[in-house]
Amino acid sequence: MKNSGWILVLAVATFGALVAAGLAQDDLFRAHMFVLTLTLGGGTLYLLRTASFEPAVPVDPDAYLDGPIRVGTVLTVFWGVVGFLVGVIVALQMAYPDLNIQPWFNFGRMRPLHTSAVVFAFGGSALLTTSLYVVQRTTRARLFGGDLAWFVMWGYQLFIVMAATGYLLGISQGREYAEPEWYVDIWLTIVWVAYLVLFLGTLVKRKEPHIYVANWFYLAFIVTVAMLHVVNNLAVPVSFLGVKSYSAFSGVQDALTQWWYGHNAVGFFLTAGFLGMMYYFLPKQAGRPVYSYRLSIIHFWALIFLYIWAGPHHLYYTALPDWAQTLGMVFSIMLWMPSWGGMINGLLTLRGAWDKIRTDPIIRMMVVAVAFYGMSTFEGPVMSIRAVNALSHYTNWTIGHVHSGALGWVGMISFGAVYFLTPRLWYRERLYSLRMVNWHFWLATLGIVIYAAVMWVAGITQGLMWREYNDQGFLVYSFAEVVAAMHPYYVLRAVGGMLYLAGGIVMAVNVALTIKGHVRVERPLVPAAPQMKLAA
Amino acid sequence: MMDYETLRHFADSWGLVYMVAIFLAVIVFIFRPGAKAEARDAAQIPFRDPTGEDRKP
Repeated sequence: MKNSGWILVLAVATFGALVAAGLAQDDLFRAHMFVLTLTLGGGTLYLLRTASFEPAVPVDPDAYLDGPIRVGTVLTVFWGVVGFLVGVIVALQMAYPDLNIQPWFNFGRMRPLHTSAVVFAFGGSALLTTSLYVVQRTTRARLFGGDLAWFVMWGYQLFIVMAATGYLLGISQGREYAEPEWYVDIWLTIVWVAYLVLFLGTLVKRKEPHIYVANWFYLAFIVTVAMLHVVNNLAVPVSFLGVKSYSAFSGVQDALTQWWYGHNAVGFFLTAGFLGMMYYFLPKQAGRPVYSYRLSIIHFWALIFLYIWAGPHHLYYTALPDWAQTLGMVFSIMLWMPSWGGMINGLLTLRGAWDKIRTDPIIRMMVVAVAFYGMSTFEGPVMSIRAVNALSHYTNWTIGHVHSGALGWVGMISFGAVYFLTPRLWYRERLYSLRMVNWHFWLATLGIVIYAAVMWVAGITQGLMWREYNDQGFLVYSFAEVVAAMHPYYVLRAVGGMLYLAGGIVMAVNVALTIKGHVRVERPLVPAAPQMKLAA
Repeated sequence: MMDYETLRHFADSWGLVYMVAIFLAVIVFIFRPGAKAEARDAAQIPFRDPTGEDRKP
């Protein structure tokens, strides 16, 4: 029987989760284990109902394994819409505090739900999906390890479900972008090691002698995230059947560990991984090789050597030693090198084909993504200068910076990849509608511009109001006055987020209809070039 | 005895030299004679899948 091994494993795990719920030392752990029981039980039932007793079809060892990639593409779109929706909700909660619904849907629980949903659920699923697609196409080898890819894809989704439900229940270890408690962290470690084995195993059995540079970026992302995740989450649980754990670090060491993790999550999750995406999908969609392969290698090594040291710039004017703060600043500024290297390489890939920006909305999305990569990684080093940071830190400027990178770079390059993948994975002639891609492009771009511009103004206003002294040395504004001044910006920010969410919904509809096999009859986006008529 | 100061001094002297040396070696390596043709070849890898990405299972 197909999947009989997996059904057995899932059934045993479901029972184990139920036992853990029964023996739980605290109510939160019990509730969370019931969630796990339901999730695993649902998975078991699904596998049982779809079990087939037909003799197994022999697997062609040369055919690509695309099943998990199809699932991943759908999940990427799904989590994208969910993550943007939660983002709009938290933005509205900031503007209208009455929207905080206690206790499950207050801002403190919804905010990590938003960050994890967009970074780990949407971004992580996009990375997992595209990396498995790219590694097969550039090594010309089937994924290593049989069902391993399925385990990685669904195991990662289980992590997302446990993390998200944990936040809403109020389970958090309070480490930024690493809020899940110890047992969820252990599960992610297992999945991540399986992912590393899957990726390395496929590279080992490659039929193409050279490992294409996109795979270098993906591999750096996998290896570094494994290291960051394990070190940042070193903790001692109070009980093996309870939610609470205590970090292995304390004081400023703990703070530095958290920002070493936090900044490199940006550097290696949101940058290196998505650069891997760029180095495959941009050349493919443009139909021409990357501008300079050698520049891509320098880009890679510069990024790898520099990024890992930049974390201390999150801890200026704290108990962190001055030399460590300076180190963080120097390395952050040096990050301009890989930033420009990557941006130039991406944009110049279109040399001689600039008209594609006009005619192909998918290329336009990717180009805008690279432009936002350049802009936000230019802004980052500027903000890492200590004097600038004195103004920007703790203000909405930081939020604006993060979102120009996340919505502009990470979001847009992922949308481009999804639009590239969908017709190919489901063997459709083309997308349901290119005009809808165009709509998505403009909704998203407008949303980002509104969001980032509003947050810059809000952040600088906020920073200046906080530091305003009168001639007697008293602060001019009370904290609450600064909060009140932010209200219009928070409302406008929510509007920007709504536009971006609307674009995401347009994408979801377009992708769903493409998968179903529909093709929209529509006027071509670009009218055929006018023919030159020779005078008779 | 390895203490914090020893480790730190090692990191900002020999550790730094080691990393810079590797980085420079990478740059020298990719600009060595003949590397250009290899790089041009490697850049074509995404287009080299013989059956195309649309190959049905």
